[in-house]
Amino acid sequence: MSRLQRRKLINVVALGLSGAATLIGLVCLGAILWTLIKNGLAGVSTALFTQMTPPPGNSGGLLNALYGSAVMTVLAILFGAPIGVLAGTYLAEYGRTAKLSMVIRFVNDVLLSAPSIIVGLFIYEVLVVRMGHFSAIAGAVALGVIAIPVIVRTTEDMLRLVPQGMKDASTALGVHEWRTITGVIYPAARSGILTGLLLAVARISGETAPLLFTALNNQFWSTDLNAPMANLPVVIFQFALSPYKDWQQLAWSGALIITLAILMLSIIARAIAAAMQSGQGKR
Amino acid sequence: MAVPALVVPNRNSTRDEQQAPKLRIHDLNFYYGAHRALADVSLTLADRSITAFIGPSGCGKSTLLRVLNRMYALYPGHRATGEVLLDGADILAPSVDVASLRLRVGMVFQKPTPFPMSVFDNVAFGLRLSRSMPRSELDGRVETALRDAAIWDEVRDKLDEDGRSLSGGQQQRLCIARTIALRPEVVLFDEPTAALDPISTLRVEETLQTLCDKFCIVIVTHNLQQAARISNVTAFMYLGKLIEVGPTQQIFTTPRERRTDDYITGRFG
Repeated sequence: MSRLQRRKLINVVALGLSGAATLIGLVCLGAILWTLIKNGLAGVSTALFTQMTPPPGNSGGLLNALYGSAVMTVLAILFGAPIGVLAGTYLAEYGRTAKLSMVIRFVNDVLLSAPSIIVGLFIYEVLVVRMGHFSAIAGAVALGVIAIPVIVRTTEDMLRLVPQGMKDASTALGVHEWRTITGVIYPAARSGILTGLLLAVARISGETAPLLFTALNNQFWSTDLNAPMANLPVVIFQFALSPYKDWQQLAWSGALIITLAILMLSIIARAIAAAMQSGQGKR
Repeated sequence: MAVPALVVPNRNSTRDEQQAPKLRIHDLNFYYGAHRALADVSLTLADRSITAFIGPSGCGKSTLLRVLNRMYALYPGHRATGEVLLDGADILAPSVDVASLRLRVGMVFQKPTPFPMSVFDNVAFGLRLSRSMPRSELDGRVETALRDAAIWDEVRDKLDEDGRSLSGGQQQRLCIARTIALRPEVVLFDEPTAALDPISTLRVEETLQTLCDKFCIVIVTHNLQQAARISNVTAFMYLGKLIEVGPTQQIFTTPRERRTDDYITGRFG
């Protein structure tokens, strides 16, 4: 076999292997989505969005879980966004060259990949044990703690993309650093920071482990933030493991709702990022 | 003593000596860490005139410009020694408030950097922060600045549009308007046309010439013809040292120093 033929053969083999690997990955993803849609759609009805989680054998919906998930996600972002954005601002602007920044960045990266169940246990120890009971507040804080490292990272990355020349130009106008940040740098990085926040929402809206130890669950309608609150991930977890057919059906439908919601958030985030890139291209 | 054919001495170049001194630089040294980028630079810059700094890349001319509004203070490890007297007061003194100094000494950069906001807000941004003023006064000062920067006629109908939607040359004149809106006393230009096409360059040069009646203008340029066209005084720098300074016409026709002659005739640099 000539050297040329051998190279061609190697190329064909490599192409075939990488193509097969891609196919396996895509088929798995497709199968998951297909199973979700097939099983989940069967339970989609108005009752799903208007009724509470039922006792076994009764009909019901996921209204309290949907509400609880929304409330705790919003609270978590309200808690995590200011901390995350300000910390990212410190890393990208004030503390750009400080030794402390390197430590914070490293710790943040560790937190970013920390198992979420550990965050759940941490909040259980810090909040739930002291308060004496599970609560929506504790759930929101746990989700916020998971969101913070995501927001810190994306905020820092996006602020670093703002050209140094723009910061210098503002400084040269006699503008103090904080006003340069709020008046020039934040507007320039706005869509990037927003994308980061959406990705953080997508990340925490499917988290189960941290809620098991904090918000727990609630069979009934509850708006009390100081009491256990229903939420989709934990409901799915409990119902899917139950022997009851109607509970299992609700778990499938809940899983479908979460998946579609995260999918939509990711698409919106990508659309914003793409719009920002084309906006920069115009310059 | 060959003179480049394209160099036409500036029409204003006879009036430089009449102007009062605005900035006196005395024994200025500048260090990037251990590296000395400026060595014992001393010269006087006249008010209401254009002084051009020329010289090969790395000769310290941009560094000198960044000392004059203390932009270098943004970076750790950069320090300056010596004196820079603005109307007699040393701007290198630690007690000087750099934000107030930059209101008096404005700067326009090589790359146009419009802020991510409307054309109007680009000019009003610094004004609003410098002191509070009624809306009517703000409107007036924005318009005056845009007129002085010779861009008013092009943007009067799109004051609400994003500043980044303007062309490169318009963006640069917007940046000039933004700087002179604060009514500084000195305006520093760091290669203001290096990123522009020839037509836009011409516009910016015309703008500069109308501005020299109001400000002490200092410009760093790699474009010798530009220095010859618009400046009253030209200073030649090489390896961190000020080699020669004099009326533009004299520097370009009868330089005293051999290195100046070599540079302007293109034998090195």
